[in-house]
Amino acid sequence: MMPTEDIIDTLAGIEPGSALDVIRARRLQARENAQKSYRSLFEPIDASDFSLAERAAVAAFVTGLHGESPVAAFYREKLAANAEAARLAEAIDAEIARGRTSGPYGAFPAGPLSIENKAGLIYRVSAERKAALGPRLVAALEHAHLLVFRPRDAASADMKALLAAGWSTTGIVTFSQLVAFLSFQLRVVSGLRALAAASA
Amino acid sequence: MSTVNPPVVFTQDELGWVSWIDPLPEAELTERHYAGLVDRARAKSDYFRLLVRDPEVLEARTKTDKDIFYNVADGLPRAERELAAAATSRYNGCIYCASVHARFASTYSRRREDVQRLLDEGVGADLGERWNAVVKASVALAATPIAFGPDNIAELRRAGLDDAEIVDVINGASFFNWANRLMLSLGEPSK
Repeated sequence: MMPTEDIIDTLAGIEPGSALDVIRARRLQARENAQKSYRSLFEPIDASDFSLAERAAVAAFVTGLHGESPVAAFYREKLAANAEAARLAEAIDAEIARGRTSGPYGAFPAGPLSIENKAGLIYRVSAERKAALGPRLVAALEHAHLLVFRPRDAASADMKALLAAGWSTTGIVTFSQLVAFLSFQLRVVSGLRALAAASA
Repeated sequence: MSTVNPPVVFTQDELGWVSWIDPLPEAELTERHYAGLVDRARAKSDYFRLLVRDPEVLEARTKTDKDIFYNVADGLPRAERELAAAATSRYNGCIYCASVHARFASTYSRRREDVQRLLDEGVGADLGERWNAVVKASVALAATPIAFGPDNIAELRRAGLDDAEIVDVINGASFFNWANRLMLSLGEPSK
């Protein structure tokens, strides 16, 4: 893919000169910086705290958990194209199938909001795939699932679990940004596609 | 941490935020970090000194955020962009984010009581046709799998939004699915 190609426009199917292209040009800084966010996460200056292979695996998992979409297909291809991580594609697909559910759910702080608590899947990587994925990715996929479906359940113990699995504090920050950014990117693409379809 | 006094309800009050992992000490910030912070004053915030551990991502995230919410040259009124942020935060369960953006929504709309009803009753509160459409669209976007579709667009159009304004709803609500996940998972609010 050419680096100058805007990834959201590509995934949303926005053609140059189209009505949505013109609308998006009015938020040029947001458009350019969503693109810079993508590039900073997937073509970083420094990947020592969170490897490119790990980034590709987590991205395929997170986007796959949202169901089939052009975004999920894009990150699945990205994983397949990563020399080091391609061997994980089958394991990631299997874990996506095990992890799919509907969110957001989770618990609020104990008090008046507790009546809104909603139970749901507490995802853990299957025992049979732990060896292939390794402890860092096992911890990352479990935390990514929490971030996708039940972010309000997050607790300080989850940070300790990542640190114990070998993640640095800086690695946790970039990993959290990657999952959170994908949550944004998936929704912008989905929203723009829906708007384009409704205007066709 | 013994100093944390977590809020147990959604509120428009000003809250603090306490990190669960170590922000960079202010003394260790370099020019690369200050570029990531965008506003130098953010060096005083634990949240931003934590995120600045990855300065390039923080810089791009901050500039995306600012344009989506503060660029009011055209498109959706600021109040309704803040409403989308507050509704998303209410639905995902981010008490901290909801407090900030509910306050902004109140300031710009002068409808503080309606905003408070969103916080108290949740995303089903009846806030009138236009706000209901914005809240419903934000909720549909926040769901996983994403539930936003032609019905949301038809409803937003019936409420008077044009396509540029609908794009602002999409951007604002989508951005808070980014922000909520950071605020909820890297630390906690404190009264």
